[in-house]
Amino acid sequence: MNVRFLIRRFSQAAVLLAAISLFSFALVQVAPGDFFDQVRMNPRVSAQTVEGLRAEYGLDRSFPVRYGLWILSALRGEFGISLAYNAPVGNLLIPRARNTLLLTGTSTVLAWLLAIPIGVWSATNRRKFSRRSSELATSTLLTIPDLLLFLCVLLFAVRSGWFPSGGMHSAENEGHGLSQLKDVAWHLLLPSVALALATLPALVRHVRSAMIEVLESPFILAARSHGIPNFRLLFRFALPVAANPLISLFGFSVATMLSSSLLLEVILSWPGLGPLLVEATLNKDVYVVVGTVMLSAVFLIAGNLLADMLLFAADPRIRVE
Amino acid sequence: MRNRRKLVACAFLLAGFHIAVLFAGFFAPYGYAAQDRELPFTPPTRVHFMDSQGHFHIRPFIYGWQSDASVSGSLQVDFTRYYPVRFFVQGTPHKVAGLFVSREHLFGVDEPGRIFILGTDAFGRDQFSRFLYGGQVSLLAGLLAAGLSVMFGVLIGAIAGFYGGWIDEGLMRSGELFLALPWLYLLFAVRAAMPLHVSQSQIFLLLVSVMGLIGWARPARLVRGVVLSAKERYFVLAARGFGASDAYLLRRHVLPQASGVALTQITLLIPQYVLAEVTLTFLGLGVSEPMPSWGSLLSSLQQYYVLSTYWWMFLPAVILIPLFLTYYLAADALQEHWKPVSL
Repeated sequence: MNVRFLIRRFSQAAVLLAAISLFSFALVQVAPGDFFDQVRMNPRVSAQTVEGLRAEYGLDRSFPVRYGLWILSALRGEFGISLAYNAPVGNLLIPRARNTLLLTGTSTVLAWLLAIPIGVWSATNRRKFSRRSSELATSTLLTIPDLLLFLCVLLFAVRSGWFPSGGMHSAENEGHGLSQLKDVAWHLLLPSVALALATLPALVRHVRSAMIEVLESPFILAARSHGIPNFRLLFRFALPVAANPLISLFGFSVATMLSSSLLLEVILSWPGLGPLLVEATLNKDVYVVVGTVMLSAVFLIAGNLLADMLLFAADPRIRVE
Repeated sequence: MRNRRKLVACAFLLAGFHIAVLFAGFFAPYGYAAQDRELPFTPPTRVHFMDSQGHFHIRPFIYGWQSDASVSGSLQVDFTRYYPVRFFVQGTPHKVAGLFVSREHLFGVDEPGRIFILGTDAFGRDQFSRFLYGGQVSLLAGLLAAGLSVMFGVLIGAIAGFYGGWIDEGLMRSGELFLALPWLYLLFAVRAAMPLHVSQSQIFLLLVSVMGLIGWARPARLVRGVVLSAKERYFVLAARGFGASDAYLLRRHVLPQASGVALTQITLLIPQYVLAEVTLTFLGLGVSEPMPSWGSLLSSLQQYYVLSTYWWMFLPAVILIPLFLTYYLAADALQEHWKPVSL
């Protein structure tokens, strides 16, 4: 049963990924102009040279042939070739994907660790005035544009000088092992807090509404009348019941997290997928765009799979289906 | 009743904001491209009622600027020259809603005084005027894109829900494709398919169509859900029994039931698309100078010295918070208003 569930979800994910690859590949292929437009502007480069370059990178072939070649190179783990870097896209993406994962992973953990206690606390807040004001506060925070938040974080880093204002490593740090780890953690601190803050209001809102629903159910009243202490009641009795929609939310939150992360990486010059994608889009470096988009889909689908598996483990009703 | 009041209040606020943007030429004291090269990065002008002698003036006034000879590029308030703020003044000509030319401005000061409510940028252009003109690009993009994607969403969702079977399956699966990508990555993928260097109006249309095309999946899902239950209502079944055609049923009986969802979705999507435009333009993929948009107003903050010295460059982004909040509150109230009556 368990294995069948997994196989079904994985095959669905594989089909979805194949469809996304075709879709994104087709998108960048229909784009007018290509990477060599810039080269063509140069009067000292002849038309034959440009055509030669295009042929070398296979840009002159028909769409199905290029897609087939791309699939083959994807199976080799290369995902085509970057025209700007003249290197396989796979090699380019892997370290950057790792950095993005490091950032988004840390922020996800941080955001949930903060969102659950805050959400639970505000759900127990039954007085009308304080409840309404806390609702207003979260919806105000929800509307702060990510861009503004990230710029403020950058401003804070630049003005205070307490934190590095960008990048992932210090220039002078050549050390290995522990000292390098400390250096990366130091650079990670501000971006991950910023990203967690950006996603926090939405999470708090959902935790609160899920908790309020559970707290109104009769078994909580029964438990309360048995004299179970409040803390135990909230976290041991109510939270596991409210967990179901929150686990699905976890899958969705990966998507918003990745989108916010793209912007944050550009603003705080974190060497992740974001800056690469912006640069590749501006350069028409088609295979890099396709690779990055694919990778973001992989992350998102993996997040949803993880959420499904957690749900499977947490909720017996899913297993019966 | 309470909810209705909230809805009306939100509608009024939004209407006021949109009118200010629509008639930017009238509400803005200067044009969006008017430069004052001697006044770069001027902080927001302070409007006074009390003069330096402690006298009270009913008409507000501002002080002029003088450049400090000892330090180049630094400006100081000149307390000897003051300019009263006048209302309904004649100024630079502008087009009212793109139709006819007018010289009327809501407020202004006498020459050579300058009033900059939100300060100026590197070229000495008035940020307040540029914010209002920029709204014409950003808000219109948001409105059109939200309308477009909800239109697609309603169309696709209605067809999927109404016909069911393999049509439903196919449409919803392709919708999953759009939901399986983080929206900003998707936006970039679609943007990569568009030409980079084209005219301003083309860029604008591109932005709108890109954003409109990628956002249909979520409204489609919601509309499909409504349609699925709506088509089983007795009056719809009765109409079908009388021989009503599919098109008539959809138009007359099914789609009106989805109008609440559609309206709520539009209200929710507008701020998201405005932000999408801001983000794309900030990253250099949207509209470009001298045409202002909210994204290009903020893009100068990418330079460290602007970011760390000139705080008023943040103000355009700060003004977006109450605007978006009103939109979200309106969406909440709309959702409450259209909540299905349980039978």
